[in-house]
Amino acid sequence: MKSILGKNLGNYRTSYRADMALLNSRNKKIGMVILLLVIFLLPMFASNYFIGLMTLCIISSIGAIGLNILTGFTGQISIGVGAFLGVGGYASAILTTSMGYSFWIALPLAGIITAIIGGLFGIPSLRLKGLYLAIATLAAQFVILFIIRRWVSLTNGTSGMVLQRPTIGDFALSSNTSYYYLSAIAFLLSAFYAINLVRSRTGRAFFAVRDRDMAAQIMGINLFKYKVMAFAISSFFIGIAGSLLAHYTMIVSPEFYEINVSIQYLAMILIGGLGSVFGSILGAFFITLLPVVLNIIVGSLSGILTDLSHILSAFEEFVFGAVIILFLIFEPGGLAHMWSNTVNYFKKWPFSY
Amino acid sequence: MDFFLQILVTGIVVGSIYGLVALGFVLIYRSSDVLNLANGEFVLIGGYVCLTIMTASNLPFIVALLITLVISVLLGFSVERLVIRPLKNAPVISIIMATIGLASLLGGLVHMVWGHRTRTFPQVFPSEPIHFGGLIITPVYLWSFITVLVLLVTFTLFFKFSKMGIAMRAVADDAKAAMSMGISVKNVLAVTWAIAAVVAAIGGTLLGMINGVGPIMATIGLTVLPVVILGGLDSIGGAIIGGFLIGIIQNLAGGYLDPMVGGGLKEVVPFIIVLLILLLKPYGLFGKGGAERV
Repeated sequence: MKSILGKNLGNYRTSYRADMALLNSRNKKIGMVILLLVIFLLPMFASNYFIGLMTLCIISSIGAIGLNILTGFTGQISIGVGAFLGVGGYASAILTTSMGYSFWIALPLAGIITAIIGGLFGIPSLRLKGLYLAIATLAAQFVILFIIRRWVSLTNGTSGMVLQRPTIGDFALSSNTSYYYLSAIAFLLSAFYAINLVRSRTGRAFFAVRDRDMAAQIMGINLFKYKVMAFAISSFFIGIAGSLLAHYTMIVSPEFYEINVSIQYLAMILIGGLGSVFGSILGAFFITLLPVVLNIIVGSLSGILTDLSHILSAFEEFVFGAVIILFLIFEPGGLAHMWSNTVNYFKKWPFSY
Repeated sequence: MDFFLQILVTGIVVGSIYGLVALGFVLIYRSSDVLNLANGEFVLIGGYVCLTIMTASNLPFIVALLITLVISVLLGFSVERLVIRPLKNAPVISIIMATIGLASLLGGLVHMVWGHRTRTFPQVFPSEPIHFGGLIITPVYLWSFITVLVLLVTFTLFFKFSKMGIAMRAVADDAKAAMSMGISVKNVLAVTWAIAAVVAAIGGTLLGMINGVGPIMATIGLTVLPVVILGGLDSIGGAIIGGFLIGIIQNLAGGYLDPMVGGGLKEVVPFIIVLLILLLKPYGLFGKGGAERV
């Protein structure tokens, strides 16, 4: 049977191959093609500023997907994302600027270095859970940033380091548009990997660990292996995001990686939807664009009311907190859940069952 | 030797304030399993409110403090009612995130009302330092130490003998059993949050008198986390002892090791201790680790 909107209501797959396919319906295939077209044709229509914003959103999405693998899939809370972004950014900066490697080597290496450090900090997760793990990762945040600040010979301390945009042969990706394409490719690869990870043996082990780690252990899942693996995989993504971000802003400095960044990433996956790749992307866009939208609103209000710009940063903080609390109370499933509710409503429309 | 003793005294005084703020953490964690990451903002609001009342109205300090405490009680009640109660059965991460969101919301509110400038408290205690042999102690330090001791005794008695205190212990022990014995868990939680806000406001006022009131004060909310981890998240005595220990260790590290690494160690040492404690003795010095069932 088909709904009025032409969707199949029910499973009509006749082979395992069809069952395993990622794009298992015609609508999904069409949607994917449209999405790809939008992503790759966007620079033709949008302004330079808008492309810059989109680049930031896309890079944040990579980080948010990484954090969601750890927190949403495996259930291990981390308040140390900011510092791990910093590890990725600094690894890339040191490899390219101080050691003279090319960006194309530095990018994966930055991911791997962050994965190793993330895995190390994941080891306590074997004994700690919930609140205690949250505090351990918070401690990691402070300790890592302290090391970055004080290891001046390696990181140049508080004054930060300057990076170059990557080059392909003689062509430097110095324009916003070219860097946008680079980030978009990295983003698509990450999303594709994460979606497949969920369906694999490893992903299922992650879910089992999240739901009840002791029960998972009894069923033969090696807790140590999978917890450390979750930390490492998640940190790899975050390291890649950190490296891309560092080459985009072309500067790294300890104050870019403070605790508030960690909180922003946590907010992304919570508002987007825990345990959902699509949700991480929605949340990353939401949180990255929130200050921009607020800025526009306050800017347009300042014509009516007197000068509001001096309280803008405080107002952003206020709204950020309010949005988090409202989502937690009224839509704990996040934007992804809202989206799937909407889709499900129209799937059977005009009938409710 | 004098240098060492001076550091020790400073450590004890700072530690006593840590202990005070940690007490607020522990109270809430014990009765509702919530880690209140907005505690720093409670401290901040307490400091600002007391300062504003004093500068605006010329009321004597003690009256201003009492009004501040009443406002804190209201703050505690409303936070519990509006944010915590709706999330009663939510997973740990939601509650952690809710208190982080609350911290951001309250912080934003404070900055909108009072701005980012650090303000100095009007003189309450005499500023001439008191000499104990070779040691120099400013009266503010002495008073904060005394306040903390008084509060500690008060809370111990409160939990031991008062009806509400016993009800709070019952809820902390087992909320469902307490409910079936006729204790209103809702009211107990509301009172817990109010007490935590009051304790934080006292901490904020004392801190404000020492360092001035400014946005930086909210960081104590995070600095105090190592204290509660060291003492054990569910131990009131542990919070106080942990406060003293962290205060002393922090100041010793700041005094002796900072010149070697170039500063900043004071803020990080507590977190290094946290990592060690969590690796070696995850439930802290005095906390109870529960057995886990599948």
